[in-house]
Amino acid sequence: MTAQVITVTSGKGGVGKTTAVANLATALAADGRKVVCIDGDIGLRNLDVIMGLENRIVYDIVDVIEGRCKLKQAMIRDKHYPDLYLIPAAQTRDKNAVSPSDMIRICKDLRPDTDFVIIDSPAGIERGFRNAIAAADRVLVVTNPEVSAVRDADRVVGILEAEEKGTPALILNRLNPTLVRNNDMLSAEDVLDLLGIKLIGIVPEDESVIIGSNRGAPVVTDPKSRAGQAFRNIAKRIQGQDVPFMDLDQQSGLWGAIQKLTGRK
Amino acid sequence: MEQITSLVQIKGIRDGLLATFSDAAWEDQSIALLTQIDERPAFFQGARLAMDVGTQILKVNDLVDLRDRLSERNVSLWAVISESPTTEQTSQLLGMATRISKPRPEEQKQFADTISNDTALFINKTLRSGTRVEYPGHIVIMGDVNPGAEIVADGNVIIWGRVRGMIHAGAKGDRSAYICALDLSANQLRIADEVSAMLKPQKDPQPEIATINSEGRLQAELWHTG
Repeated sequence: MTAQVITVTSGKGGVGKTTAVANLATALAADGRKVVCIDGDIGLRNLDVIMGLENRIVYDIVDVIEGRCKLKQAMIRDKHYPDLYLIPAAQTRDKNAVSPSDMIRICKDLRPDTDFVIIDSPAGIERGFRNAIAAADRVLVVTNPEVSAVRDADRVVGILEAEEKGTPALILNRLNPTLVRNNDMLSAEDVLDLLGIKLIGIVPEDESVIIGSNRGAPVVTDPKSRAGQAFRNIAKRIQGQDVPFMDLDQQSGLWGAIQKLTGRK
Repeated sequence: MEQITSLVQIKGIRDGLLATFSDAAWEDQSIALLTQIDERPAFFQGARLAMDVGTQILKVNDLVDLRDRLSERNVSLWAVISESPTTEQTSQLLGMATRISKPRPEEQKQFADTISNDTALFINKTLRSGTRVEYPGHIVIMGDVNPGAEIVADGNVIIWGRVRGMIHAGAKGDRSAYICALDLSANQLRIADEVSAMLKPQKDPQPEIATINSEGRLQAELWHTG
C-alpha cells in the first residue's frame, strides 16, 4: 500500500484544524485503515492532548529529523485503535527545526506501510505552513462561517494554487444552523460562493466536540454526536465513498422528535 | 569552482542581499547561488535575499524549489526582480515583491516604456486574498477579485466577474481611466488619486462602470448598452 498524505490547514488559528485531524484520523482508523498523524505545529503542540496521548511522548518529530531516534520510536500508538499512530511535535523548539524536505523524507518513509498520513498544519502562512504542505498529496482547508476565517482560507487556497498543490477541499466547521436561519451567520452557500472550491463536509457546532477534546477522546467515538457523525462522513468521503450531506436543520433528541411529530420547524 | 560561483553576483543592498543572475542556464545559476551560500553559512544565516533574474522566464516550480532550498539554509527570499512579465507574475502569485526600494536606474524605465498604453494583461482566474497584480497597461480579469486582493493598473481595469477587493486604475495619474465589472461591490476603488470606499454590496448585481465624473469625484454607475 502507498499512503495518501493529507494536510489539514486553515490560515487562521482556532478554527478547528487540530480537532479535525484528531477526528478524521480516528474515524479512518475505526474504518480499519492504518493511519499516522503528524503534528506540524512545532513549539505549540496540541494534537497529543486532543488524542489523549500527552503522557506517552518520549521522542518527537525533531528527534527523528536530528537523528536521535528512529521514526518508529517516535510513533505513539493510540489507546483504542492499534493502527492509529501519532508523531508528536516538539514543544521546546520552533518551526525552523523542520524543513520542507524533512517532511517529504518522513512521509516517504511512512508511505509504504500506511494508508493515510494526516498532517496538522500550524496557523499562519509561514515556514510551519510550508513544511506542512510540502509532502501533501491532498489538502483540506478548515474554516468557520466567519468573515475573517473565510478571508484567511481564501488566502491559503490562493497560495496552494500558486504552488501548484491543486485545489483543496473545504471543511466548514462550527456551523450553527439556527444562526444561519436567522441570517446571523454566513451560510455554507455564502462561504462556497466566495471560495469557489469543493466542499467535503460541514460540521455543525456541537458542545460534545469540546468535551471530547478535553477528555482526550475525539468526538467521532461518540455515536450520538452530530459533529462526530459529520467527521465520520468526511472520513468516508476521503476514502472515496459517496456519502450524502447531513440535513443540518434536523434537530436531535427528544425535543427534535416532538417537533417533527407536531410538524414544527 | 571559481567559474561556477561567479555566475551569480551577490552584493549587499539596504534591504538585505541582492543576487544578480545572468542569462546562463537557470539550473546552473541556482546551484551556484546555493554553493556560495553553503561556503559561508554564517554570513548568510537569517539573510533576506532579493534576486534580479534579468530575462529568465521562471515557472512556479523553479521559484518554489529555490525558495524552499534557501529556506532550509535559513535565507528568506522576499523579492524577485525580472524583465519577464511571466516571471513577475509568478513571483507575485507566490507573494514575493517584484520591486525593491531602489529601482534599477535605466533598465526599469526601459521595461516600462516598451509596453505601450494599448497593452493589456489578461488573467484567466479568480484572484484570491493576498494576491497583488501590478501592470503598466490595462488589466482584464476573467474571474472574481476576492477581498484582500489588489489590482493596480496604469490603464483601465475590466473584470468579468465579481469585485470585492481593491482596484486601482490609472495608477500613474491618468484621470480618464475607468474600472468596470459585472458586480462592482469592491471594498475600495481608486482611479488616479481619487479614492472611493462607499460601495455597498448589491442584492441584485448589475454591470457597472466607475469613472471620475465632471465634478472630479469617483463615481460608479450602471452600465447602459447603446
